Amino acid sequence: MFDLRDLYMQVIVDHNKAPRNFGVLKEYNHDADGYNPLCGDKLHVYVHVNDDEIIEDISFEGEGCAISVASASLMTETLKGKPIADFPDSFERFQHMVTSDINEEPDEEKLGKLAVLAGVREFPSRIKCAVLCWHTLKSAVEDSHEIAKTE
Amino acid sequence: MMDIAKIRADFPILSQQIYGKELAYLDNAATTQKPQCVIDAISHYYAFDNANVHRGVHALSERATAEYEGARKIIAGFFNARSEREVIFTRGTTEAINLIASSWGGANIRSGDEVLITHMEHHSNIVPWQMLCEHVGATLKVAPINDAGELIMHEFEALLSERTKLVGVVHMSNALGTINPIEAIIEKSHAVGAKVLIDGAQAAAHLAVDVQALDCDFYVTSAHKMYGPTGIGVLIGKEDILESMPPYQGGGDMIRMVTFEKTEYNDLPYKFEAGTPHISGANGFGKAIEYIQNIGFEAISTREKELLAYATSKAEAFDGLRQIGTAREKACVLSFVLDSVHPHDLGTIVDRDGIAIRAGHHCAMPVMQFFKVPATARASFSIYNTEAEVDALFVALKKAQDIFA
Ligand SMILES: Cc1ncc(COP(=O)(O)O)c(C=O)c1O
Repeated sequence: MFDLRDLYMQVIVDHNKAPRNFGVLKEYNHDADGYNPLCGDKLHVYVHVNDDEIIEDISFEGEGCAISVASASLMTETLKGKPIADFPDSFERFQHMVTSDINEEPDEEKLGKLAVLAGVREFPSRIKCAVLCWHTLKSAVEDSHEIAKTE
Repeated sequence: MMDIAKIRADFPILSQQIYGKELAYLDNAATTQKPQCVIDAISHYYAFDNANVHRGVHALSERATAEYEGARKIIAGFFNARSEREVIFTRGTTEAINLIASSWGGANIRSGDEVLITHMEHHSNIVPWQMLCEHVGATLKVAPINDAGELIMHEFEALLSERTKLVGVVHMSNALGTINPIEAIIEKSHAVGAKVLIDGAQAAAHLAVDVQALDCDFYVTSAHKMYGPTGIGVLIGKEDILESMPPYQGGGDMIRMVTFEKTEYNDLPYKFEAGTPHISGANGFGKAIEYIQNIGFEAISTREKELLAYATSKAEAFDGLRQIGTAREKACVLSFVLDSVHPHDLGTIVDRDGIAIRAGHHCAMPVMQFFKVPATARASFSIYNTEAEVDALFVALKKAQDIFA
């Protein structure tokens, strides 16, 4: 049977306790709010994309459940230093992982650390916690000025 | 003494396993489970008596009408309404409040008037008044609460004035468990000429309500929180007030005579029941009330106090737990946060032990804002809950703490 530890893996617990890239960036050129009304999760994501179109720096702040905080922490860690042009693919890959069939193995090579979040598939009501930060980042890079929601 | 085992046996849903564990259903403030007699009443209606009400001359329609009106009579008796004309079926508490805001409020609340509510209202007793106030140019006033989650009475009184046209107060808070002193609230509100609406969504299954003794103008509740079906509730209003109000919705059943020039509205309560009603729902509601009556509020109250006291003492002894809502007068609700675990994670973790609790803002975001928490975990109890289920909850809470240790 599916175990709680498959969701609350040590990596997730660690990232929740000590989120990476937490706080406001001194310099940023994109940012957005994300809100999950069901749980009250609130995020704000800041991104600095440099002249070479590289995500030079990225951070988040806010409050939420362990899944949403760990997911934001892992997302920022993974994307820092990557070309912004790769973001749509990363977004799709993550979205696919958390909504795919439970028997489909996550592509760990491509997903890297993000694969630890594959466990949310077994907890349908928690999927939106994991994807909130990704939707928030999407509205930040698209400068949509709309509060990202996952409902 | 209540025979808990016997009561549990009345609720077929309770004897199941979730993820291989005994179900402990502790989300009764969201909705209660249904006893077999209620389920039977609904299926019996569809199997044997289904027809539209108030319009057929055939046997089935007469039976359906008798059952539907019979339920109204049971409800009138339960709340001690003056007559069945004061008992209006709605879809639930939310629709009842919207009916009052739209019909009574639309006719009686003008620019410069005030509507007074409290800081612990459910969104359904906030938003309809905000909408109305915005529409007519009235002002919504909010009476504050203290750190225990109790209404601050003298501040409430200070907000009452001749401008106050309506006071809307929750009888028992779903987010905090607080029971409000509605007798005093009604008396003081009437003294300034305001009408009073009591939101009884949570209270009606736990406390005896006598609308005449209370002298409240409107009392509203939902069947699904009282062991009845979803999709049906009731508005009980004073006849003279209901009589003076314009209809809420137009359609069949609410008319006496229609021509293209003019429509003559039906008598109470039908004036407010446009369209084919939720007939089976009303029947189930009536049965649910009889179920409560058979147990009796004395036994219910004794038992529920006992269980809340048991859960509260466990909560007080639990390291890292902060209770949200510690009113002296409170019922059936244990709302809390843990230091190290977000309520939403908690909800998921205890669910894997078969324990159903609610995690979130409980449709009372201003309460969350007051206590400066994004959400709380809430265990809410009912007549069929046991000490063993409370124990299981606290074992699961410990497990959650360990995961995040
Ligand atoms: C205090 C209170 N008021 C109103 C409501 C709304 O009831 P319903 O959703 O049945 O209309 C609820 C239900 O959660 C409640 O607890």
